Amino acid sequence: MTETFHLELTVNGRPRSVDIVASHTLLDVLRDDIGLTGTKECCVVGECGACTVIVDGKPINSCLMLAAEADGADVLTVEGLAQEGRLDALQQAFLETGAAQCGFCIPGQLMAARALLERSPHPTAEEINEALAGNLCRCAGYEQIRAAVLAAAGEVRS
Amino acid sequence: MQAFRYLRPATVEEALGLLEEHGDRARLLAGGTDLVIELRNRWRTPEVVVDLKRIEELRPAIRVEGKRLVITAGTVMGDLEKHPIVLERFPALAEAAAVVGSVQIRNRATLAGNICNGSPAADTTPPLLVYGAEMVIASRTARRRMPIDEFVLGPGKVALGPAEMVTAIELPMDRRIAAAYTRMTRRHGTDLASITLCCGVDSTGTTRLAYGSVGPRAFLVVDESGVLADPKANREKKAPVLAALFAKASPSPTSMRAGPEYRVAMLPVLGARALATALERLGKTA
Repeated sequence: MTETFHLELTVNGRPRSVDIVASHTLLDVLRDDIGLTGTKECCVVGECGACTVIVDGKPINSCLMLAAEADGADVLTVEGLAQEGRLDALQQAFLETGAAQCGFCIPGQLMAARALLERSPHPTAEEINEALAGNLCRCAGYEQIRAAVLAAAGEVRS
Repeated sequence: MQAFRYLRPATVEEALGLLEEHGDRARLLAGGTDLVIELRNRWRTPEVVVDLKRIEELRPAIRVEGKRLVITAGTVMGDLEKHPIVLERFPALAEAAAVVGSVQIRNRATLAGNICNGSPAADTTPPLLVYGAEMVIASRTARRRMPIDEFVLGPGKVALGPAEMVTAIELPMDRRIAAAYTRMTRRHGTDLASITLCCGVDSTGTTRLAYGSVGPRAFLVVDESGVLADPKANREKKAPVLAALFAKASPSPTSMRAGPEYRVAMLPVLGARALATALERLGKTA
């Protein structure tokens, strides 16, 4: 028995219409049906944040959201950050600060940070810690990641 | 994940009809932060998943009706932690909601789901117990209300039938209880609590204390002696009264989060802290 669902959503500004398996998560659909593999699968229990995407303006764990729940939603993934071949300010700051080591957690870190800067354009270090508390970095690059977010927000590193 | 049908009712009535039709083969989906894990691990294998998020009656998420604050079944932790009325009148609930999981989790996890899952470590249970919350429960044939103290039964168990759903959780606004929430975790940031604790005091001198993660469910205890709420009573006088309130604690000896001796030793420490904050808050509202 395979129950299907017809899903319509916007991903990185582009309308998508896909027939999916109802039991598949948004993460499954982004990676396997739509082919956007920037969003990473890791813990699949909502603890590591590698699968973070922004749905209707809010960061969420795409491993814990059924794709069907995103019907009609506006989804932003890491592939939607760069515009016309140019990295956005956050990506550029991560690059310059050396925030990415192995890089696996970075798409999730970027999306959680992007959502933070949208709701709080000049966050304190404390706010950054809280906003990124759900994003684990196996390489423990937390200092550089926080510095990158501060830099992208136009703040001087304290 | 095992295959299931995903259904999206537009009204509470429609959702209740689906529950009546499918019984235990259906499972309600609110935020999904627990359910999707259970589905993936095949701990639950429903044939039908009923998503509550498109039900118009459950919006707005938080509203005042008469002398009650109504928090509908679709309300997520992120809404609670920032809501002005919750912050002003029920700050301990805002504090508990604000420490559930991460920002990503709080954007999805609902208050009703947190309670209905029946986790002994649920952060929001102690403040709801202290504030005297009521569960609003509906089925096709009846509507009923039940104090949360009767609703929460034990690990994973709540007083909800297969054809019933919680449509809202309500808090009385005609009774002023100044309360504070605190918890013990292994680390700052995302973690499950080794102790959850909420303490509330009112102007009559009654102290309400609720604590969880140290037994099969969170317990509510009440001190009407007035000693705990007495600003003139010193620590020596309060200590034995406080200690007696923790008699129900029976932390698991096998938990990986904290040993039972440590949890028992920390209960009065957290209790005294939450009591002090609650009294401070009572002073400000008087």
